[in-house]
Amino acid sequence: MKEFAYQRALDVSGALALLDADPDARFLGGGTNLVDLMKTGVERPTRLVDVRELPLDRIEVPADGGLRIGATVTNSDLAAHPEVRRRYPALTQAVLAGASGQLRNMATVGGNLLQRTRCGYFADVTKPCNKRVPGSGCPAVEGEHHNHAILGASAHCVATHPSDMGVALAAFDAVVSYETSDGPGELPLAEFYLPVGDTPHRETALPPGALITGVTLPPAPVAAHSRYRKVRERASYAFAIGSIAAALDVRDGVVQDVRLAFGAVASRPWRARTAERALAGAPADAETFAAAADAELAAAKPLPHNGYKVTLMRNLVVAVLTELAEETAR
Amino acid sequence: MTTATTTTGTRAVKGSVGSAHTRVEGRDKVTGAARYAGEIPFAELAHGWLALSTVARGRIRSVDTAPVLAMPGVLAVLHHENAPRVDTDYVGLLGTPDPTAAVFQHDRVPHMGWPVALVVAETSEQAREAAEALVVHYEQEPHDVAFSADRPDAYPLDNFGPAVTQKGDLETGLAASAVVVDAEYTTPEEHHNPMEPHAATALWDGGRLEVVDSNQGTFWVASEIANMFSLDPASVRVRSEHVGGGFGSKGLRAHQVAAVMAATVLQRPVRVIMTRRQMFSLTGYRSPTTQRVRLGADADGRLRALDHSSLSLTSTVHEFIEACAAPARVMYDADAHHTANRLVRLDVPTPTFMRAPGEAPGSFALESALDELAEKCGIDPIELRVRNEPERGPVSGLPFSSRNLLACFREGARRFGWADRDPRPGLRRDGRWLLGTGTAAASFGAGAGPSTAAVTAEADGTFTVRVNAADIGTGARTALTLVAADALETTPDQIRVHIGDSDLGPAMIAGGSTGTRSWSWAVMIAAGELRERLALNTGIPPEGITVRSDTTAAIGALSRKERHSFGAQFAEVAVDPATGEVRVRRMLGIFAAGRIVNPLTARSQLVGGMTWGISMALHEEAVRDRATGGHYGADLAGYHVASHADVPHIEADWVDDVDPDDPVGIKGIGEVGIVGAAAAVANAVWHATGVRHRNLPIRPDRVLTAGGHA
Repeated sequence: MKEFAYQRALDVSGALALLDADPDARFLGGGTNLVDLMKTGVERPTRLVDVRELPLDRIEVPADGGLRIGATVTNSDLAAHPEVRRRYPALTQAVLAGASGQLRNMATVGGNLLQRTRCGYFADVTKPCNKRVPGSGCPAVEGEHHNHAILGASAHCVATHPSDMGVALAAFDAVVSYETSDGPGELPLAEFYLPVGDTPHRETALPPGALITGVTLPPAPVAAHSRYRKVRERASYAFAIGSIAAALDVRDGVVQDVRLAFGAVASRPWRARTAERALAGAPADAETFAAAADAELAAAKPLPHNGYKVTLMRNLVVAVLTELAEETAR
Repeated sequence: MTTATTTTGTRAVKGSVGSAHTRVEGRDKVTGAARYAGEIPFAELAHGWLALSTVARGRIRSVDTAPVLAMPGVLAVLHHENAPRVDTDYVGLLGTPDPTAAVFQHDRVPHMGWPVALVVAETSEQAREAAEALVVHYEQEPHDVAFSADRPDAYPLDNFGPAVTQKGDLETGLAASAVVVDAEYTTPEEHHNPMEPHAATALWDGGRLEVVDSNQGTFWVASEIANMFSLDPASVRVRSEHVGGGFGSKGLRAHQVAAVMAATVLQRPVRVIMTRRQMFSLTGYRSPTTQRVRLGADADGRLRALDHSSLSLTSTVHEFIEACAAPARVMYDADAHHTANRLVRLDVPTPTFMRAPGEAPGSFALESALDELAEKCGIDPIELRVRNEPERGPVSGLPFSSRNLLACFREGARRFGWADRDPRPGLRRDGRWLLGTGTAAASFGAGAGPSTAAVTAEADGTFTVRVNAADIGTGARTALTLVAADALETTPDQIRVHIGDSDLGPAMIAGGSTGTRSWSWAVMIAAGELRERLALNTGIPPEGITVRSDTTAAIGALSRKERHSFGAQFAEVAVDPATGEVRVRRMLGIFAAGRIVNPLTARSQLVGGMTWGISMALHEEAVRDRATGGHYGADLAGYHVASHADVPHIEADWVDDVDPDDPVGIKGIGEVGIVGAAAAVANAVWHATGVRHRNLPIRPDRVLTAGGHA
């Protein structure tokens, strides 16, 4: 393990200055992913700038509704917040579906968005990986990929984004706020993660040295009736092999509003807009749900060993939307 | 997880054996006072870090030591050109040594993750950074890691039994059968993953080599080290006081040998600890298996023909065979009876003993096939086993010392509510879950190895027991305290037990479910003789009175019998056909395993084995990347074991299992708990869905792809 310096930042401008001064420095949130990657040699920072003590640990409710979540809010605090539970239940469920209690107590909202893929080739420095060493190749395409991407991937990388929280945020049109030494900026989550293309090592549209300061959720009445379902290879403490965040508003048997996002199928939380369009104004029944899922998954390009994910996501869309529709009918 | 149980058995418990006792070292463990091998302090300690090969086959062309030697704190780099020479031409307790442990002796690389160097530095962090910076140049050769049933280079290999057994004519038997099952089963590469990683500190002290280690037998490891380094056995001392799990992986490994080499070269104490990832290639594992089972039976289920053929793999440097066909030699008889264990050598690390070697994967195939036969015959799976209960060992023809398998099934069926079971699959539903139940039989050999013990009556009226047992987390220290208390007709608080130190003398290892039986035997003999001496009332001198025992002759005098523990496993599962998720809802295991010394820790051990069976059925799988020949996801994030949420309710209990002719009566329970557990789960998945799963683990993608009653 490479020796590194550690400094705790006390304010945002101080944190930015420390990172500007040292291009090989990294911000440290909960450290639940970064420290593991340092142990395995995937990350070799010269300096850690601890941002956990920055005054970004509040969840605020703006007058227009919605939520403003500070970047250093822990996953545990986010999941437990009464307004999150009441108005965005799928977000609470998504966060609680991830990691373990101990990890959620440490992990931050900003760090969760920036966690790296759990692809086993990425995590093993003895193997090639275009994301870790650009141009070295992607062994997953021909090798082990039964939990890799079916949507939006490229021949250069088929890794998935591991976040559960991010899937719910994608469904609810989250906007990421950041600061740089040149001033603040914002990125809708839909633009926050870059397409894979031939640059899988470039994962986000954040400017170099930027610090995530928070996430804003716009008001979304439909989100109050939402659900997160995660499928994984054991009952707890595992990354998803497929997950879904769904919100549904049905009146008189017709879909008024719907939000759908998929996890563990792409390099980013996958907002299923094609399916949403197919559902808007359509009858809220299993047949429509299945057709909408098929429309979204028509773009899927499964590899030899992950084709089951197409079936899994289709079944999840039908199962979760049916549950939500039945609850509305009651 | 809860383990609400009521122990059966009507015999009143007299003395300490048979009543529940918490671990004598329990307080030390839960308060952190118990120290493990990697955390015992030594003055002048240096730290070694293993560098492993990054190719799966080839030769080391050169090792660039100079840049690494210039790094901060680095003291030495040991590799094949400068390391002390060792001897591997000897036969130890378990046969010839696996040369994987004899590190740095030549330039050949037989698999990915082969130890190529040890970097020693002042701190562990410096050693790690330097080891990871060390550049090794290889002449790479094409590797072959492709394991499959149709390998033309597979060959039969004897191990503790013959590779092949056969009686009767198989094809004739199958042809004459009204019902035939012919199925292939596979199990993946599985790893021990004990909680405590392998760790050792070696130092020379006054002309003696001391190794503080985490292992399953200090006398065993000491004698291996003495052999390898050509040392007088009396000049090697190995201690291993607390062990955080072994499961077969903790014998002589690269870390002890590398630490001894470095301590010898540097004349300083040197510690080597493995990382989890290193353990995946250096500490053994359970080979993947492909198994074909053919059963032929009359319409009433009585077997006419049984064929169990198994293939496993090993490395190119050492032979280890996973003898999956062995359980069939004990469990079921047929006029035509055929078993075969075959092996193929690939460019992979050497596998080794892992909890219930042979029996764990073998019982998955055999007990799944029995369930398939029951289905085809339209007979209850338990009744099928009743009809095929053998009188004598099917292959050996020897009588059983005791065989209470059917008692386990009867008691298990009663408690599990088996009588109410509708045998038809795919009928029960709870919301999105399909429900099913399954059962399977279990067995494991009850052996013993020669052991010595010394029991001392102290002048203050207490007793000191010295027996070189290994407590790998099972509660051996406590069990031996209870055994000694009864043998000395006193209470446990009057007994001190010393274990885990090769200076205590030869004793059986903690392996093969033989530990408690072997050590207790030695303690009972010594204690019995001591009691006779004390009965003479000659008074106890200040140094006490010590009696020593050696069970070699007693074990040799045992009559030849089939000696095994048995068990019946029951599982209820829920399967979501839309997502492929399988969850075990409850499990029950009833065992016949001789005398149970400490019900508290025995239950833990059986529940632990059954939990591992769930893990084996649903989760565990090491994935080998064919392109590189190395593992994919070699850590506990990639290699899933059952989490607490996967283990909702497990009950383990036992029936009386008495053998009046056995001098000890203890059979050992280390392994039988996992045997049959995966088959019970798989059989329950069939009952839930109507789909047979013959490949482990039963992952969601496999369930989804297989379809079934939705």
